[in-house]
This record gives sequence, C-alpha cells and structure tokens, in this order.
Amino acid sequence: MSLLRLRNLSVEFATTGGRFRAVDQVDLDVDKGDVLAIVGESGSGKSVSMLALMGLLPWTAKVTADEMVFDGHDLSKMSARARRRIVGKDLAMIFQEPMSSLNPCFTVGFQIRETLRIHLGMDRKAAQARAVELFELVGIPAPEQRLKAFPHQMSGGMNQRVMIAMAISCNPKLLIADEPTTALDVTIQAQILDLLVRLRDETGMGLVLITHDMGVVAETAQRVSVHYAGQKVEEQPVRPLFRAPHHPYTSALLAALPERATDKRLPTIPGVVPGQFDRPQGCLFSPRCPFADDHCRKVPPAPRGPDLGLARCHYPLNTDERLAS
Amino acid sequence: MLRYVLSRFATFVPTFIGVTLISFAFIRVLPGDPIIVMAGERGMTQERYDELVVQFGFDRPIYAQFWDYLTGVLQGDLGTSYVTKKPVWDEFFALFPATLELSICAMIFAVALGLPAGVIAAMNRGKFFDRALMSTALIGYSMPIFWWALLLIIVFSGNLGWTPVSGRIDLLYFFPDTTGFMLIDSLLSGQSGAFTSAVRHLILPTIVLGTIPLAVIARQTRSAMLEVLGEDYIRTARAKGLPPGRINGLHALRNALIPVITVIGLSVGTLLAGAILTETIFSWPGIGKWMVDSIFRRDYPVVQGGLLLIAVMVMVVNLTVDLLYGLINPKIRKR
Repeated sequence: MSLLRLRNLSVEFATTGGRFRAVDQVDLDVDKGDVLAIVGESGSGKSVSMLALMGLLPWTAKVTADEMVFDGHDLSKMSARARRRIVGKDLAMIFQEPMSSLNPCFTVGFQIRETLRIHLGMDRKAAQARAVELFELVGIPAPEQRLKAFPHQMSGGMNQRVMIAMAISCNPKLLIADEPTTALDVTIQAQILDLLVRLRDETGMGLVLITHDMGVVAETAQRVSVHYAGQKVEEQPVRPLFRAPHHPYTSALLAALPERATDKRLPTIPGVVPGQFDRPQGCLFSPRCPFADDHCRKVPPAPRGPDLGLARCHYPLNTDERLAS
Repeated sequence: MLRYVLSRFATFVPTFIGVTLISFAFIRVLPGDPIIVMAGERGMTQERYDELVVQFGFDRPIYAQFWDYLTGVLQGDLGTSYVTKKPVWDEFFALFPATLELSICAMIFAVALGLPAGVIAAMNRGKFFDRALMSTALIGYSMPIFWWALLLIIVFSGNLGWTPVSGRIDLLYFFPDTTGFMLIDSLLSGQSGAFTSAVRHLILPTIVLGTIPLAVIARQTRSAMLEVLGEDYIRTARAKGLPPGRINGLHALRNALIPVITVIGLSVGTLLAGAILTETIFSWPGIGKWMVDSIFRRDYPVVQGGLLLIAVMVMVVNLTVDLLYGLINPKIRKR
C-alpha cells in the first residue's frame, strides 16, 4: 500500500460563468522516500490537486475522488477536525512565496512553536528546544536570535528555510513543495533543493515537488508526472522520461529546454492552455499538437498502459515499433 | 520610537494654531452679539453697553483680540465664561467626566459587539448570518440618532418601564463628586441601589451613542477580515492544521486590526465631540450639551476653549492610534 493514493481526483470551481474543471480525473501514487515531480504549464492544475489533498481550497471548489488515501486514512471521508490532526503533522506543504506565506505579525519562533504545541502537545521549553534544533537542521545560522525575528527582517531564502523547518517540525511522512524555489534567486534555489533532498534522505519522507522547471526535475526527482489542462498526460521514472517521452506535450516541454536547443531560436509550444470556454472536444492538447488529426480532435484519448507511460494520447511517441522503423 | 513620538508631537503645533484660529473666527462669524444676548428681553442702556464692549475688549482690533486669546491659551488661561463668570477650564473639567464616561461605555459597547460580529460575518461570508448582520449594520448606520433614541425611550422607558428616561442617576441619591464618573462615585458612596441606578441610566444613552460606531466597526472588521483571509499566510496557517478559531481569531484578526483600530480612533473623536445629540436627548450633563448651550448664548470664551480642548483630545487619540499600529504590526514599527 503506497503512502499516498489518489484515484480519479477531480476539482471543479463554481464560477460566474458556470463550472470550471481545474483537475480532471487524476491518479497519483507516492511511496515513502519517493520524490515525485509534478510538471506542467501554469493552469495545468498541479497546485490545485495538491491543495485539494491538503483541504486548502476555497469554498467555491468542489473536490471529488474515488480514493484519497493517505497513510491508510481516506481523507475525503474524514471530518474536518480529524483531518486537521493529519494535515500539518504527517502531511505538510510549503509554498511558492516565502515572504507572504509567513504571518507578518508574529515572530517566526512563535509560528514554528505553535505547530509543535498544537500537534505534539509540547510545552514552551520543549518547543523552543525543538525549534532551535529544526533551524539548525535547515541551515539557519544563530537560531536563537533568528527565532525572535519577524519575517520581514529576513531574506526570501531564509523565510523559505523557516517554512521548511515549520513543515518538517512534526516529522511528516509526506512533504509537498509547491514551486518552492520560483520566487528565489538561482544560487538560493539550488541550496533549497539540496536541503529538501537531504531531508528526504535523512527522514525517509515522501516528497512531491511541483515545478515547471525541467532542470529541477532532472536533478531531484525519481518519477515525473506531467500534467496538462487538469489531466495527468504522462507518468514515467525520470530517466526514461527524458530519454523517450511518449506524450507529444512532454516531448515539446523537453524540446523547449535551453540545454537541448540545437537551433538559434528556442523551440516553443504555440498557443496557451485551454481555459473555461475553449476546451476542445477531443484530446485537450490537440489544438497545439503537431501530430494531431481529426480523430484526436473528436475523441478524447484514454491513458495508455504503463509501458507507454500512461500517456493520454492516440498516437504515443517513441514506441518500440516507431523506434524500429 | 521616541523620535517618532516627538516628530508626531511637532505636527501638533500647526494643528493647534489652526484650531485656535478657526474656533476664534467661527464663533465671531455667527450673527448675534453676546452682550445683547446677555441683556435678554429687558435690554440695556447704551452707556452700559459701551462699558461692556470695552470690558470684553470688543473695541480693539480683531487681530489684537486674537493675540490676547492666543497668548492666554499658551499660558493655560482659556478665559472666563461671559454667562457663569467661571473659568472655562473649570467648567470643562467639571462636565467632561460625564461625557467621557458615556463615550467609554459607548465605545466598549461598540467594540465588544462590532468586532466579533465582523469576524463571524467574514467567516460566514455570503451566508444568511453575514447578510443579516451586514444589513442590520447598514440600518444602524443610517438611522437618525434622535429618532433611534426616541424609539428606544418609547419602548424601553415608556412601554416596558425598564430604564429611566433621562439624567445620570435617580434624585433619591446624593453623594459628592469624587471622580466625576457616576459609576465609580456611586460605588464609593456605598448607598445601596445607587450603582444600579447609575447603570440603568447609562444603558439607553450608551446604546444610542454606540450604534453608529458599532455599525462602522462591524463592517470595517468584516471587510478587513475578508481581505486578510485571502492572504498566503492564512493558507499557511491552515496548512499547519490549526483550528479555525485560532486562524480567524489570532492569525487573521491581528492583521485585520490595523484598519479597525483606525476607525475606532476616528470614532472616539466623534464620540467625544459628537455626543451633542445624545446628551441633549437624555439631558446628560456633559460637554456636548454645554457647548450647544454656549453657542446659543454666544459665550465666546466657552465655545473657543471647548472646541480647542476637544480638538486636543482628538489629536491625542489619533497619536495613540498611530502608536498602536506599531504595537500590532511590527512591520510598521521600524522607521
């Protein structure tokens, strides 16, 4: 039994223009010690699916799933109170903007001790000691002084370390990192990613990394799940994915990597992710796909078998026959 | 911090001079002559009139009169009432505790109900409770005070007989003014029933005076809370698995308090100065009523001095509010 098991997860938002499906029948599995990267453009539903798992979506969102099992508990069938005992303790998340993700009115020490006291019932002294330990673990120098600081007195990188310290404070089984490095500059990005991978190695927690940076994926992830317009379009271990992507979208994403560019101009994927009102009838990627034909435009493809990376495509790339021919 | 306080005090100087100038000019622009008003229907002889003009200094040029007034104020002398012949300073501080007592009670009433109402409305955004609360607040805000006061008097004093109609305490009780605050004095006097009587007299004026601040605070709290609830750090608090009471009541409210404190500060100013209608309706012997009476009597020193003292009071409240900002949100503290 895997640590996290999502089956047929869908999220719909009630908007003034009707229902909008942001996540569409997504299946995901994460094991202990696993590093799963979820990649895709903006608007592909990567963050929303994880926010749905955490129960952090606004009330306009309607979450449905056949299974949303974490560590043996089906989160979708739990009361809010019971769910709060898991969220923040065994299931933790960090976000894109460290500067605005911490409360400006409280010291970072208060914010980290609060988690420890609520979930683990620590007293003031024990929480303080653990907070110092956590700050050392995430590489914050002079932890005693730093704990007294307010978020605005520290840099973005430091604040993200605080967020990570807070997230791992109760030894979570799964940590979700939602574009943890997007708002940081490049040298700090590498440090934060190293930190996350090191913590995974030391604690054996599962790690879900939401990103749109393929470079980050190649360096850190074991498995990659590619999302497009709310659907999971392909999932493979990282090496085979980079070597032989099966979905044209994955292939196009990889072709857009600067490292892989052979031409002077960087290849791009023309068009944008379909929104609420221009959702295609057939394959969601068909309007932007160089290989699409009438069949693609009319009939939505079902996921293929594991040997084809579960690709949602009528004509998957890099199949053995094609390689042979 | 000290530098900040001092720099804020420096801005008092032009405001102070402006207020003296406006209050001095304002009462003189009004038609009417204090000497004629003093004489009443009986009138007075021309000789006596000329004598009084010289005595009050009205024969001197207007800028000289202003200069006299200003130098007097700076030496702590606000002048003497034309009518009662008592120093303005003494009259003000004899009446001020009554207004202060009423204002404090009204403010406590408004904050104690308005703050939780706003928070609960924001938590139940768009639901029945939110709509009911916010339309009630709008009614409270737009209701004319004198009408609202009369309605309450008719129902609670007239029909139900629960509360007295006017005054600060029943005439049965008599005790010396120790602090000027009826609630405290009645307790100190030790007379049985005096305190209850004082409380019963306070209820209706408190509700009437507190209604508008209550509505403003409730609406402001709601909108500030709604804004804050969309912030990233609230998502973080929820991701930490904190209970909703703690998220709303601590993490969100602390951030939402800045605009709320601002309207509370502004309301305190209007309460001190604007209790006029309430005090008149309930015959509450405070400065609002005193100021209105003085304007009708063209009692120049009282109007000037009263306005000035109220203005200083409002300035002090505003300074306190500014200092509170830093206390609530550390981001504002460093300058």
